[in-house]
Amino acid sequence: MTHKLAVANLNAYYGQAHILFDVAFTVAPGEVVALLGRNGAGKSTTFLSIMAMVERRSGTVLFEGDDVSRLPTYAIARRGLGFVPENRRIFADLTVEENLMVGRQAPRPGAPGWTPETLFALFPNLAEMRKRPGGRMSGGEQQMLTIARTLMGNPSLVLLDEPSEGLAPKIVEQMAAAILTMKREGLAIVLSEQNLHFARLISDRAVILEKGRVRFSGSLAELEARPDIRDAYLAV
Amino acid sequence: MQLVFVQFMTGLASAASLFLVASGLSIIFGVTRIVNFAHGAFYMLGAYVAYTLTDRFTGAFGFWFALLAAAAIVAIVGCLLEMTLLRRIYQAPELFQLLATFGVTLMVQDLVLLIWGPEDLVGPRAPGLAGAVEIFGKRIPSYDLFLIALGPLVLAGLWLLFHRTRWGVLVRAATLDRSMVAALGINQKWLFTGVFGLGVFLAALGGALQIPRDAVNHGMDLRIIVEAFVVVVIGGLGSTTGAFVAAILVSQLNAFGILVLPKISLVLVFLVMAVVLVVRPWGLFGTRPPPAQASIGMAVRPWRPLAPGEIAVAAAVVAAVALMPLWLGHYALTVASEILIFVLFAASLHLLMSVGGLASFGHAAYFGLGAYGAAFVVKAAGLPMLAAIAAGPLLAALGAAVVGWFAVSLSGVYFAMLTLAFSQIVWSIAFQWVDVTGGDNGILGLWPDAFAASPAAFFWLTLAVVTPALVWLHMVIFSPFGYALRAVRDSELRAEAIGIDRRRVQWIAFVIAGTAAGLGGALFAFLKGSIFPDVMAIPTSVDGLVMVLLGGVETVLGPIVGAVVFKALAMWLISQTDYSKLVLGAVVVALVVAFPKGIVGTLADWRDRLTARRGAGPSDAEASADATAAEPPAGTMAPAPSPATVAGRTRP
Ligand SMILES: Nc1ncnc2c1ncn2[C@@H]1O[C@H](COP(=O)(O)OP(=O)(O)O)[C@@H](O)[C@H]1O
Ligand SMILES: [Mg+2]
Repeated sequence: MTHKLAVANLNAYYGQAHILFDVAFTVAPGEVVALLGRNGAGKSTTFLSIMAMVERRSGTVLFEGDDVSRLPTYAIARRGLGFVPENRRIFADLTVEENLMVGRQAPRPGAPGWTPETLFALFPNLAEMRKRPGGRMSGGEQQMLTIARTLMGNPSLVLLDEPSEGLAPKIVEQMAAAILTMKREGLAIVLSEQNLHFARLISDRAVILEKGRVRFSGSLAELEARPDIRDAYLAV
Repeated sequence: MQLVFVQFMTGLASAASLFLVASGLSIIFGVTRIVNFAHGAFYMLGAYVAYTLTDRFTGAFGFWFALLAAAAIVAIVGCLLEMTLLRRIYQAPELFQLLATFGVTLMVQDLVLLIWGPEDLVGPRAPGLAGAVEIFGKRIPSYDLFLIALGPLVLAGLWLLFHRTRWGVLVRAATLDRSMVAALGINQKWLFTGVFGLGVFLAALGGALQIPRDAVNHGMDLRIIVEAFVVVVIGGLGSTTGAFVAAILVSQLNAFGILVLPKISLVLVFLVMAVVLVVRPWGLFGTRPPPAQASIGMAVRPWRPLAPGEIAVAAAVVAAVALMPLWLGHYALTVASEILIFVLFAASLHLLMSVGGLASFGHAAYFGLGAYGAAFVVKAAGLPMLAAIAAGPLLAALGAAVVGWFAVSLSGVYFAMLTLAFSQIVWSIAFQWVDVTGGDNGILGLWPDAFAASPAAFFWLTLAVVTPALVWLHMVIFSPFGYALRAVRDSELRAEAIGIDRRRVQWIAFVIAGTAAGLGGALFAFLKGSIFPDVMAIPTSVDGLVMVLLGGVETVLGPIVGAVVFKALAMWLISQTDYSKLVLGAVVVALVVAFPKGIVGTLADWRDRLTARRGAGPSDAEASADATAAEPPAGTMAPAPSPATVAGRTRP
């Protein structure tokens, strides 16, 4: 089977600043890959580049074997590549149900299908606040909503940008459980994190970025065996 | 008491159309971030098309069908405009968007003239609603009652659309975070087109609904757009509820203003708008708008004052201009004087919009105030011309001080709308206050003193006034004050961190610009020998903006070149065709889309490219190296730069 996602030679720029240097990694169907690196390493920029949401970038992005690097953002999302940005970016004036409605796409063969009801089962907290505006939810609830919103598009792969950032330990556990459920449904996931704590609960493989370059790529077991790499490139 | 009631009902009925237009404007802005100046044009088109269709389709069913069909047809035109023009300028600075849509307004004015002719057209009464209903002993037209009921119905309908349909929810989501909506798989292109179509539909319906009340005429577009701007400034841009409440407020102020201050009724609206701005700068129901995506004037070649060699060139140019009376005839000299005056006008606006980053859409007000100020001094005090030319700008300075005080608390589109609304109020005072200003008849007999009576002498006088004024403006740009002004333009936060008081700096710039414009206005009064309210109407303000744009917004000498070229072209055009607005509007649109750097900016680009190619000197080599670095690498995925990003690209 080919890769679900194959990124190669990815370069990205903000104005004159060169941020990503030939970033490359692959994701197999149903696989969870952790994209690790300290703050400012280029994780978010990698995701934004895949989604065509940075001003200027070059390289190839193969999704299910097709080059999507020339497509506009919405067309990439329509192919089943879901994106959960950092800082949540929920629509603050829209209710929980309305936020989910925005994410809705037709069911996709070969990808797990979601409805508001199955998502409320995945994130029970949300079920209790269907009519609440997104702006009046706690950080953890917002994080759940933003994931649920992306799942409404029935993606076959999601890019999750630091889903555990700023969450209370209890919520982090819920989040890990939810992501494992997503994985069990057959979803491929790329998860960005600054450290291993959360990523090791769910990931199969890890890719480490530093200053916009890939410094390590291998299984989680291989990474666990290399404390030097962990100390050099990851936050504690 | 009965009179009050009648006025109240009239005000409510007028509010309906105003609400439709303003809510359309608000909805479009919410999603696309474009303030659609052409909204008034669509309102007018709605009325004209409805006039034609009600002629064709009669009977009760035919009439209502005609109104809806008119709105739908105009909405389709709006969608086509969005797809062909607006899609190209979504990333452009706000000023360009406003100007492009104003260009469309100009074109529509002439198209309407071509299609429907110059006469006011009186449409049919609404079948079944032609009579009146007696309430409290007063007869209220039933059509007014229908309109009064319609407003809340439309508000409710919009609420349902935005809360009970997926499309409406998508629109609200896009208003909050456009790129997130795209990341969720929604093609914004069609969302934008749909929203624009909806907004235009509302405006056109507002126009169509007016035909049983008022004659369809050519002034409708600008009148309604100014009122709609006032409404959204008061109600809050992006809020339909705000548009509803503010439309009622403004309509009531208009209705009662006639009773309370018959001479200057619009002053009431002015006062209310001023109070709202002080208490709630983003309007009653508005929220602080997101920062502009690209501001004008920023990220340009570093400006520098004229080098000694260039000063010599400038002096030679002035000397050459001074010799023009030797070979130009009377008419040509009058034209040349007018061009000189507008050079000063454009340069004064440039200080505000390019140096200060504040695009005023009402700069003509200060030009006009200067002219009226000079006229008052001559007529009331009987002072000689030179005293009048010196005193006239004081009135402009006063007006700019008052308006500027409110205006600088805002920026971007709010600033543009506010300055436009204030200028329109100044205009209407000149128009309404007949005892003082002569109203529409203007003030006549402002002849220059004997020594400047000949066209040549007046030309020299103009040159002798305009040249030092330009030099002074140039010195202001390169004074510490000018640097502070640019600092707040480029980064308000950083400028305030080093102790620059943004509001104070911008307010002073507003007053300086207004005073300089007023000086031009005072000269203009004597050049023409008369002064009419129209000199401070919207077209003059927009002419100024186009001059600066044509010359090059991001250049120092742009306004001078732009004013000369624009004024000469415009005068030539008017002599050549009856449809100069059509051509002018098309030119404005083309400028914004294809030529946003203007003449001076483009010439400077050529010069840079030429010197870079020759590769002479280290600084040039650096420039060329940078130019290549700025090119995306081969096989890049970057979208083709839009004109606006080209305009905004930095060069060392
Ligand atoms: N909008 C932006 N403009 C300029 N530089 C940016 C922008 N966003 C991020 N950067 C820079 O790009 C680099 C990578 O940032 P990012 O991708 O956000 O890292 P991470 O997500 O790994 O923390 C950082 O050096 C950051 O300062
Ligand atoms: Mg990040």
